[in-house]
Amino acid sequence: MNLDFSDDQKLLQSEARKFLEKEQSLQRSRSVLNQQEALDTDLWQQIVAMGWTGIRIPEQYDGLGLGHLELCVVAEELGRSLAPVPFSSSVYLFTEAIIKFASDEIKQDLLPKLVTGECIGTLAITEQLLAPTAQNINTTVANNAVSGTKIAVPDAGIATHVIVICNGQKGIELRLVELSDDCNIQKQDTIDDSRGHFSIDFNNANSQLLGHHGAGWRLLQNLLDQAAVMFSFEQLGGAQATLDMATSYAQQRFAFGRAICSYQAIKHKLADMYIKLTLSKSNSYYGAWALSTESAELAVAAATARVSATQAFNYCSQENIQTHGGNGFTWEYDCHLFYRRAKLLSLNVGSLATWKEKLIHGLEKAQPANAQ
Amino acid sequence: MNFNDTEQQAQFRVKCSAWLKDNAQLKTQTGNHNPHGKAGSPEFLDASRIWQKKKFDAGWAMLHWPKIYGGLEASPLERIIWDQEEAKFSVPRGVYEIGLGMAGPVMMQYATEQQKQRYLPPMAAGEEIWCQLFSEPSAGSDVAGLRSKAVQDGDDWIINGQKVWTSGAQFCDYGIIVVRHDANLDKHAGMTFFFVDMKSPGIDIKPIKQITGGSSFNEVYFSDVRIPDSQRLGAVGDGWRVAITTLMNERLAVGDANGVDATEAFEWAQGQDDHGHALIQNRAVRESIADWYCQASGLKNTKLRTMSALSKGDTPGPEASITKVVSANKLQAIGNFGIDSLDMAGMLKTDLSDVHEFHNAWLGSAGLRIAGGTDEILKNIIAERVLGLPQDPRADKGVAFKDIPSGK
Repeated sequence: MNLDFSDDQKLLQSEARKFLEKEQSLQRSRSVLNQQEALDTDLWQQIVAMGWTGIRIPEQYDGLGLGHLELCVVAEELGRSLAPVPFSSSVYLFTEAIIKFASDEIKQDLLPKLVTGECIGTLAITEQLLAPTAQNINTTVANNAVSGTKIAVPDAGIATHVIVICNGQKGIELRLVELSDDCNIQKQDTIDDSRGHFSIDFNNANSQLLGHHGAGWRLLQNLLDQAAVMFSFEQLGGAQATLDMATSYAQQRFAFGRAICSYQAIKHKLADMYIKLTLSKSNSYYGAWALSTESAELAVAAATARVSATQAFNYCSQENIQTHGGNGFTWEYDCHLFYRRAKLLSLNVGSLATWKEKLIHGLEKAQPANAQ
Repeated sequence: MNFNDTEQQAQFRVKCSAWLKDNAQLKTQTGNHNPHGKAGSPEFLDASRIWQKKKFDAGWAMLHWPKIYGGLEASPLERIIWDQEEAKFSVPRGVYEIGLGMAGPVMMQYATEQQKQRYLPPMAAGEEIWCQLFSEPSAGSDVAGLRSKAVQDGDDWIINGQKVWTSGAQFCDYGIIVVRHDANLDKHAGMTFFFVDMKSPGIDIKPIKQITGGSSFNEVYFSDVRIPDSQRLGAVGDGWRVAITTLMNERLAVGDANGVDATEAFEWAQGQDDHGHALIQNRAVRESIADWYCQASGLKNTKLRTMSALSKGDTPGPEASITKVVSANKLQAIGNFGIDSLDMAGMLKTDLSDVHEFHNAWLGSAGLRIAGGTDEILKNIIAERVLGLPQDPRADKGVAFKDIPSGK
């Protein structure tokens, strides 16, 4: 029985934490938000230099050849410090898709460049103001030419490549597109401008197929299941940071002659945050196990981790503001940075309702009676 | 990460499982819910006694205890493995847990060697049943507010007062009790701890009828009951410190709120009709079941993280402190869901075992949210012990017990 990270993985985590604290990742996130920039380029370059972008990339492609568990511990620290970098887009989504679905030729071309940061990738799914489904994708592909408009694409402003979810002749396809001047990329305002999101117009953009014709929707779900586990660690890190902030503030803030943390109303609120956080943490560990062992339980484990993490970070970030009182509503305090990021992360690979549905659907599929 | 036993743990599991297979029946999915008789009935007590003795004779009853008292000196992890394996079998449970879980550790820590040799083996063997006498009508969450009096008289103490919520007092042989020996002292300084023969003259036991209709708890009245000073556990005035040891063990003993869970709710919703469709097709139901599934999975994996720490020889973190507050509230929600799914007919008591379980969950959870620490006390404990927050300011600090405001 070992539902825990190894000593080496814990060491990597503590190094990541020290680095992001020293580099004042949280303040950089605020600065990106204030300046309406798309990322902190300096922090991103340092992260690339440390090799984190190549954690999962095999050594033959110049990566570190480590596993998903190493990504999970780094994700927790990026989440704790709200790092304003395109790590999740390029690593959990794009790099994973290349490793899993791309031809050897594409791998040889792109994986070494993903390690060095020469290549940054992202994933474009959404087109309308509703949940994407296999039936409502209007971006088309014909003769390898992609046309259509995607919205809310993370990090497209800096990305060199994008995987586009397209409607092809045999159904949904994953299409690799190298971004060029022919693609019209526009920054979009979001609820969390510390992370850049963009619209992209594709006008007969040249593309390569990833995976098989018509298998795109299934491959996408698998990619999102994987990413949901890693995002759940970002959410966990963020939730822990808000619980720490709320606890510390409640100890320093006095009202009616005593620290507000001595009132049960506050103590129970913080205890509720701890309870949700602990459930989320244990479910994320379960998700990490399923991810790292390529378990058949991944779909259910990922949905469980995702739902718990979304609930925990949403709750902790909102009650952190409440614990801070009026100060929590100011731009000056950091509370809103976490509130924004919590909401962004609760949407970016699908909403709470979407993942609850995936969980129940997964349970239905897992039943022996339905498997026949 | 893996969920596998080490070779040594796997061997131990096989040993547990082999013995259980030879001596008990595996649980079946469908079947009689009370195969050993109704809880509290004479048949159930007999079945419990027989099972406990069987376990004791093979060393399993208190496997973590020293061998001289009938244990196997098993590690904490081996104890968990045993519990996991035993839980797969249909065995009578509920008669001995409090005595073994609470009185056992206190006797182990505070009794004389002679007393341990006299009392511990029969306790483990189920030949003598023990109960716990802490709560009083005006001392529940604030158990240190207890008022039962102990007055020293030569080599004896004379006890007067009333205890309440005593599980199984009607069939117990011995009890552990904390009483007030001096009301002029501070609340926590004026208490002393004993064990008492429940057959002593002056003890009167009255069952409490619960909202479930059952009576697993009692009121216990003490009228000039004599306890020899040799049955004192800890020094005079040390009662609170000794009691705290016990309460910590109670939290481990109470643990999960057992009953219908997310999986049962899911299966029920697949079979139940909802306006012409299966209930599981209802979006609101799907979302609720997803919530409960995530809570159940979170608790299960929290337990596995605790086991992982034990497995490495580390001290587990405080994460298990969330168990009861989450599971009891989940049980109440699932009970409500199941009953509501029958619409108007949900009010009816039926023989259908699923419906019976939902009714049990709905009524029983109301008690489980209180027993062994209320939701509110457990959240205080998380806030104070885990998050390091201060206790609430108290009106009873540094005040002689007799001068503390007590309401009615």
